[in-house]
Amino acid sequence: MINFLGRRLLQSALILLGVSFITFALLYLLPSDPVRQIAGRSATAQTVANIREQLGLDQPFIVQYWRYLMDLLHLDLGRSYLQKTEVSTLIAARLPATLLLMVGAISAELVLGLGMGIIAALRRGTMTDNSLMIASFIGVSAPQFVVGLLLLYVFAVQLGWFPIGGYGTFAHLVLPALTLGILGSGWYSRMMRSSMIDVLRQDFIRTAHAKGLSRARVLLRHALPNAILPVIAMIGIDIGIFMGGIVIVESVFGWPGIGQLAWQAIQRVDIPIIMGVTLVSACAIVLGNLVADIATLFADPRIKVR
Amino acid sequence: MKKLLTSTALVAALALPGGAFADAQSDLDPNAKSGGNITITYKDDVATLDPAIGYDWQNWSMIKSLYDGLMDYAPGTTDLRPGLAESYEISEDGKVFTFKLREGVKFHNGRVMTAEDVKYSLDRVTNPKTQSPGAGFFGSIVGFDAISNGETETLEGVKVIDPLTVEITLSRPDATFLHVMGLNFAAVVAKEAVEEAGADFGKTAMGTGAFKLGEWTIGQRLVFEKNEDYWRDGVPYLDSVTFEVGQEPIVALLRLQNGEVDVPGDGIPPAKFQEVMADPEQAARVVEGGQLHTGYITLNTQMPPFDNVEVRRAVNMAINKERITQVINGRAVPATQPLPPSMPGYTDGYEGYGYDPEKAQEMLAAAGFADGFETELYVMNTDPNPRIAQAIQQDLAKIGIKASIQSLAQASVIAAGGEADQAPMIWSGGMAWIADFPDASNFYGPILGCAGAVQGGWNWAWYCNEEVDAMATEADSMTDPDAADARLQKWSDVYMKIMDDAPWVPVFNEQRYTMKSERMGGADALYVDPVSIPVNYDYVYVNDVQ
Repeated sequence: MINFLGRRLLQSALILLGVSFITFALLYLLPSDPVRQIAGRSATAQTVANIREQLGLDQPFIVQYWRYLMDLLHLDLGRSYLQKTEVSTLIAARLPATLLLMVGAISAELVLGLGMGIIAALRRGTMTDNSLMIASFIGVSAPQFVVGLLLLYVFAVQLGWFPIGGYGTFAHLVLPALTLGILGSGWYSRMMRSSMIDVLRQDFIRTAHAKGLSRARVLLRHALPNAILPVIAMIGIDIGIFMGGIVIVESVFGWPGIGQLAWQAIQRVDIPIIMGVTLVSACAIVLGNLVADIATLFADPRIKVR
Repeated sequence: MKKLLTSTALVAALALPGGAFADAQSDLDPNAKSGGNITITYKDDVATLDPAIGYDWQNWSMIKSLYDGLMDYAPGTTDLRPGLAESYEISEDGKVFTFKLREGVKFHNGRVMTAEDVKYSLDRVTNPKTQSPGAGFFGSIVGFDAISNGETETLEGVKVIDPLTVEITLSRPDATFLHVMGLNFAAVVAKEAVEEAGADFGKTAMGTGAFKLGEWTIGQRLVFEKNEDYWRDGVPYLDSVTFEVGQEPIVALLRLQNGEVDVPGDGIPPAKFQEVMADPEQAARVVEGGQLHTGYITLNTQMPPFDNVEVRRAVNMAINKERITQVINGRAVPATQPLPPSMPGYTDGYEGYGYDPEKAQEMLAAAGFADGFETELYVMNTDPNPRIAQAIQQDLAKIGIKASIQSLAQASVIAAGGEADQAPMIWSGGMAWIADFPDASNFYGPILGCAGAVQGGWNWAWYCNEEVDAMATEADSMTDPDAADARLQKWSDVYMKIMDDAPWVPVFNEQRYTMKSERMGGADALYVDPVSIPVNYDYVYVNDVQ
């Protein structure tokens, strides 16, 4: 177990190092000059040269990358080129909103996805099953930008049930979490359905029925815990998918998270912020996978690690 | 001869065309009500409130309300008026400006502002450590080179005579200097606040302006609160202004329709424009005005075949500007020259190169390109710019020029324009010139003068005509206020000469459309203020307060 953890942590560190290198290199190769952006259109050549030197952008790539890594070891993500604020401050101010949105989205997709999956599995082959699976297919395919605006228009503008974007109360959370959750619920319902169908075919389920247990008890005590195992691993992967989705959903709903921050930074080529958000997201994904693996380990005693 | 100008005489003496006689009293609106709060929305975070750093249209007007400089503009106009300076004198040779400060002006922390603060602020903005994008505006002050080389930390040309008098000496006469002193970069900041906040000063604010910074929750909102001790009597009217950030323009419009927002800072989203304007109730709340903006195509005068003036003139005649304005729902007027119509110095009656593809084709043939040629058109990749580029591409195809479109991120287009041999043509949309200050000279130096035709510069046509450069220098040496009209005539000549050389195709001047909530009051001019975008926060008010 200790061995396993150590190996996974080492792997994670290497992945993060790789991510930092690739992102840094890509941003370095961009055919745009951050100094000219900072200096603005009225700057003299002298001003441009000064800024370039102060930011160390006159150094070769490998020196710049090395300096970045060294700062990173001190948990220093640098300062935003345009906002002049510590990147860590900007991310810290926005991270709680993103985490809250994630919790909301995961809850939404689990409730929707698992519910739909279980019902579809129990009613396999019926109209209910077919309509649920078509709905989940639409959920997976629909662009989140469209889903978000649609939900916003119908439930906030027309019906007035929820605020039109923003942040602060539970009511603000519902629509963005649902937008993200609808996508995930599509995956979960399909997964849960097939997993459930598999489990329901097993001998021990027949045994449970045979010894006279109620239908509900068979489902909740015997089928569900077994069927849900692959889903736990999925949550870890999900965090990665969310990182893409939050950029869109946070923009549509004016949700003050790091997705919005990343999107603004990309448009302005604010490299320290892009680097910072990428690394934080990579950490979240790596961590999510690690936690999911460990959770599966505890949930399923059949899995042995060396 | 020395000129002593008091507050009211100043504006009259400057005699800017189109300017109304303005004094402190007439700026006040007799119908205005005091109190209340308005909500402005933006898509992007506010980058900084440091007046030495802030240089986008979003924070420009915010900083204007938090800080003051020696000079200012009458609300809703392009007319200079005194700000923290009560009066000033200009020496006979036009090189020494002596500013007399207002007495008893206080920073938001209660400390009285003095001449030392003016000097500190100018030293700070020109110090390379500050990394101010506006440092170059102060190039005419004696000692600028020494400070930008890092030899010293103080501007030799700025002297504190007494606590209420500052003397600024220039190394050359500069007719735009008063405008420079009206830029945010020249705003007066409190030294102790800068030192206390250090590198994070941009997230705080300590000025003498009409509003003070109350709250800043990163990624969510900023709240400006009324400065009760503001030195201008009667303003601001509003108790507070809330800026909500992170709001998509389309969502902001929905919220405005729902009564939650007063002004969508990013404007009416293009996709909704026609719908809004077709509804009389909503259209009545949209204020339209000109802005100091020109959208243009640069023709790289150092790259064949655009090194041939006949080719450049032919391209000018090939572009159907009317049709391009239709691409953006008519939110612009076709341009004839580099200066926008609302800019002093604009040449009235000049019609530019008319749309005439047959003639253009003949000219191209006469220049040796009967079969046309292939070239590239660089464009920023956000709507509507690629669509405009396609319209340009079609116009060029009619006279045999095959232009392939290079649609790139803003920073990449800017980088390409800054190289002498990379971009033959650039459509300026999304990066176009909007004046820093309302003076004819501001459309020349960096974008059409020899100084801008350098690597990394903004003169993407790489146009450098030394004769025109000399005329420009001469015009900006005419510092005598009595010669203001002659100076503007000179600038008009400069731009006519440029049109003859045709380094640009001026395409259109964008109009501004500011939408406001029903409860907002104040003259329309305040909602299309040429200096404060979207609105002049100091002078607008709401009608639903007691």
